[in-house]
Amino acid sequence: MMQLHDDVSSTTPQDAYERERLGNVHPAGWRQPQPANRYSLVVIGAGTAGLVAAHAAAALGARVALVERHLLGGDCLNVGCVPSKALIRTSRVYAEMRRAEQHGARAPADVRVDFPAAMAHMRGIRARISRADSARRLVAAGVDLFFGQARFTGTDTLTVDGTQLRFTKALIATGARPDTPSIPGLVAAGYLTNENVFDLTELPRRLLVVGGGPLGCELAQAFCRFGAKTVIVQSWPLFLPQEERDAAQLLSDAFARDGIEVRLNTTAVGVRVEAGQKVVDLVSDDYQSTVTVDAILVGTGRLPNVEGLELGAADIDCDATTGIRVNDFLQTSNPRVYAAGDVCLEHKFTHTADASARIVVRNALFGGRQRLSALTIPWCTYTDPEIAHVGLYVRQAHERGLPVKTFTVPMHDVDRAIADGEEAGFVKIHVRERTDRILGATIVASHAGEMINEITLAMVAGIGLGTLASVIHAYPTQADAIKKAADAYNRTRLTPTIRWLLQRWLRW
Amino acid sequence: MDEQTLDRLQRAAFGYFLQAVNPANGLVADTSREGSPASIAVVGFALSAYPVAVERGWMARADAVAFSLATLRFFSGSDQSGSPDATGYKGFYYHFLDMRTGARVWRSELSTIDTALLIAGALTAGRYFTATTAEETELRALAETLYLRVDWRWSQGGAATIRQGWKPESGFLNYGWDGYNESIVLYVLALGSPSHPPADSCYQAWTATYQWENLYGYDFLYAGPLFIHQFSHAWIDFRGIRDRFMREKGCDYFENSRRATEVQREYARRNPLGFRGYDEDCWGLTACDGPSQQMPEAGGVRRRSFGYAARGVPYGPDDGSLGGWAALASLPFAPEIALRAAQTMLQRYPEMLSAGRYASSVNPTLSSAAGGAWVSAGLFGLDQGIVVLMIENHRTQLIWQLMRGCAHVTAGLRRAGFRGGWL
Repeated sequence: MMQLHDDVSSTTPQDAYERERLGNVHPAGWRQPQPANRYSLVVIGAGTAGLVAAHAAAALGARVALVERHLLGGDCLNVGCVPSKALIRTSRVYAEMRRAEQHGARAPADVRVDFPAAMAHMRGIRARISRADSARRLVAAGVDLFFGQARFTGTDTLTVDGTQLRFTKALIATGARPDTPSIPGLVAAGYLTNENVFDLTELPRRLLVVGGGPLGCELAQAFCRFGAKTVIVQSWPLFLPQEERDAAQLLSDAFARDGIEVRLNTTAVGVRVEAGQKVVDLVSDDYQSTVTVDAILVGTGRLPNVEGLELGAADIDCDATTGIRVNDFLQTSNPRVYAAGDVCLEHKFTHTADASARIVVRNALFGGRQRLSALTIPWCTYTDPEIAHVGLYVRQAHERGLPVKTFTVPMHDVDRAIADGEEAGFVKIHVRERTDRILGATIVASHAGEMINEITLAMVAGIGLGTLASVIHAYPTQADAIKKAADAYNRTRLTPTIRWLLQRWLRW
Repeated sequence: MDEQTLDRLQRAAFGYFLQAVNPANGLVADTSREGSPASIAVVGFALSAYPVAVERGWMARADAVAFSLATLRFFSGSDQSGSPDATGYKGFYYHFLDMRTGARVWRSELSTIDTALLIAGALTAGRYFTATTAEETELRALAETLYLRVDWRWSQGGAATIRQGWKPESGFLNYGWDGYNESIVLYVLALGSPSHPPADSCYQAWTATYQWENLYGYDFLYAGPLFIHQFSHAWIDFRGIRDRFMREKGCDYFENSRRATEVQREYARRNPLGFRGYDEDCWGLTACDGPSQQMPEAGGVRRRSFGYAARGVPYGPDDGSLGGWAALASLPFAPEIALRAAQTMLQRYPEMLSAGRYASSVNPTLSSAAGGAWVSAGLFGLDQGIVVLMIENHRTQLIWQLMRGCAHVTAGLRRAGFRGGWL
């Protein structure tokens, strides 16, 4: 359930786009279906994991019920990936207009941001994509869709607003919500999270972003490009603390270039409202400062949505912070019940929710033994440049005792990146030393999210870096950086002995 | 560049210490700028440079002993209470000290790396001044005392690696010395301590973040700024000795610094940001001063300037500022290309020398009022120190030889897992 925080500037205009979206994801006057005697699978939560599982199970002939207490599509469609990517795209357009001369084009004399238009554009995209997640499609697929709060009443039963559903197997896919940081005064002052930031109708003139994780970084840059005077505070010495240092450093540099005021190693310790403005106290080691802003966006962690499910009635173990406890087969402490997506996973991504839901369908309904740990999961933070990763980090390889070597290609060595004026970044591919087995990769590039997929494919298919060198890459593309890394690998195979032998051969 | 020029540059660099030292307490100013406090790292370089000056006849041995002794006496008797205006705590010292009183200034941190450089200087002095006179005997005893009282274990702050610093107002800094960077000398000194060594796992934790990369055709332990590949090498002769990581890679830290120097050349040859002057004989992206004014636009790209920053390759920051001295600091690793670069840069930008000493940086993309390249104002003690020591190691290996005989250093290297070569 979305929790809307008290912030004066957040009310979504109920335009045609919104009417279409809500008509798709929570049609007015919905009539609950007559429940079956027993469902093969009851899915609780209709975010990415729930929708994928419901559609997949129904397509395979299972009797499926899907329970959603608010909006189909979950965070991804309504308050996550989809709206944020739409806004990021618009903000990139403004950034490109401002730096048009860099590409040999004339910059508009006066770049004026139309924030309401950007938000309307976002709503249009969100409404269009909501068609895929619609109640109509679910019904057409044979899924019984119930709107309401699910509560377990036994190990194989639950109720939805008084209607009992019996199940052979169930899937909990209720997702997660923003955690409220314990900054004194924040709640009283009002703040934004991903759940209400897309409802804004006016651009905050001054914005403080608390938290340097993916959401905070993406939206800080987008709002800065829209013209908000943006400050971002991050308690760690670098952004995206899980990522490689060079990636985080490049992001810091990009932020500074955009005009974001970057405050690393800094914590917000108090908020108060003075003359209608939010005054935030910051501390960095022994240095104290204050910023005054019009809005505060918080992106500092997420909590699993488990309240109200009455998990105890079904013998399902849960941790208030890390979520529902599952084994590697995504089975909970109740063998009939599985979990997938943000409610139980460390990596809270739409594609991980999707992949975990497919594991659950196989394991729960077809006796499969697919393991979560066997997944190769890429991820990407959609800043400019984007930061994408898959597999192991070098540090993780060291921890596992794997000798690792990295083939690095700066994007300034890639012709297409030069032509595109998108030279910031790199491709780093980690292989096991003295082999071409790819252990992982980090890509920082304007389109890193697209490029990482090639590495993921190689890892899943067991294709080594040496083989990637023999894959012809269309020229000129930015993904040619991957080919260059593979070529570099091949060059290192040319040991002095082999070189000597080759020279002897060529002398004949 | 001939031997005579090299000698002239080395002597001029050493002259900084004589000008910037307070003979009463041995403290040396961080920079030649008005009102500069002392930097404890610069004091470490000064203590190491005095033996060079004695050997080269630039300074009487008695004067070198007097300066060194004054320094060690001051630190030995300094306020170690850790209060906000003390000099140090737990055997460490605040980064910046008042030139006269030795009290902490600028609310600076109790610095672990800068203390290590100071201690490296003290141990160098202790190894060089081996006469049985009362002064030199006292000097050696003080150097030993200062080393033994450093509480390296405390400086981990409960973490896996040594913290970068501590402040009386807020405790340990949020940063640790995670590899790879200039702090091998810190770990070697810490691990060699018979009194307060860090945890056994400390060195492994420091190497856990190493990145062995193939970049521009070179396999090397990656770090962007050039000084990282130079500073520990001022004292420790890494030729042929290898820790576990370098054994696995079939390399050593000395060879690694040579490759890092080649990588600098490659970056400068590519010059992706299009700064003026860069080429294979004009490089030196390192920790140095730089302009703080607006950079000229190039091709519609607004370029930022960074002031004092650790510039590095290949990801920057890069604002066109180069440390001319950095080429000479790579002299032992790659003499041919370092000398060629030093000579080329001096020919092109003679304004980077003032009274024969290198300014912190030169920026050919910006012009000075006189029409030449922009040059950083004043002089920085660290730059002068690394020039004196690395030219000397190139010429006679004096500092390396002294420290190869230092039992604490050899013990630290062995505990870090170094084997082979001279060890």
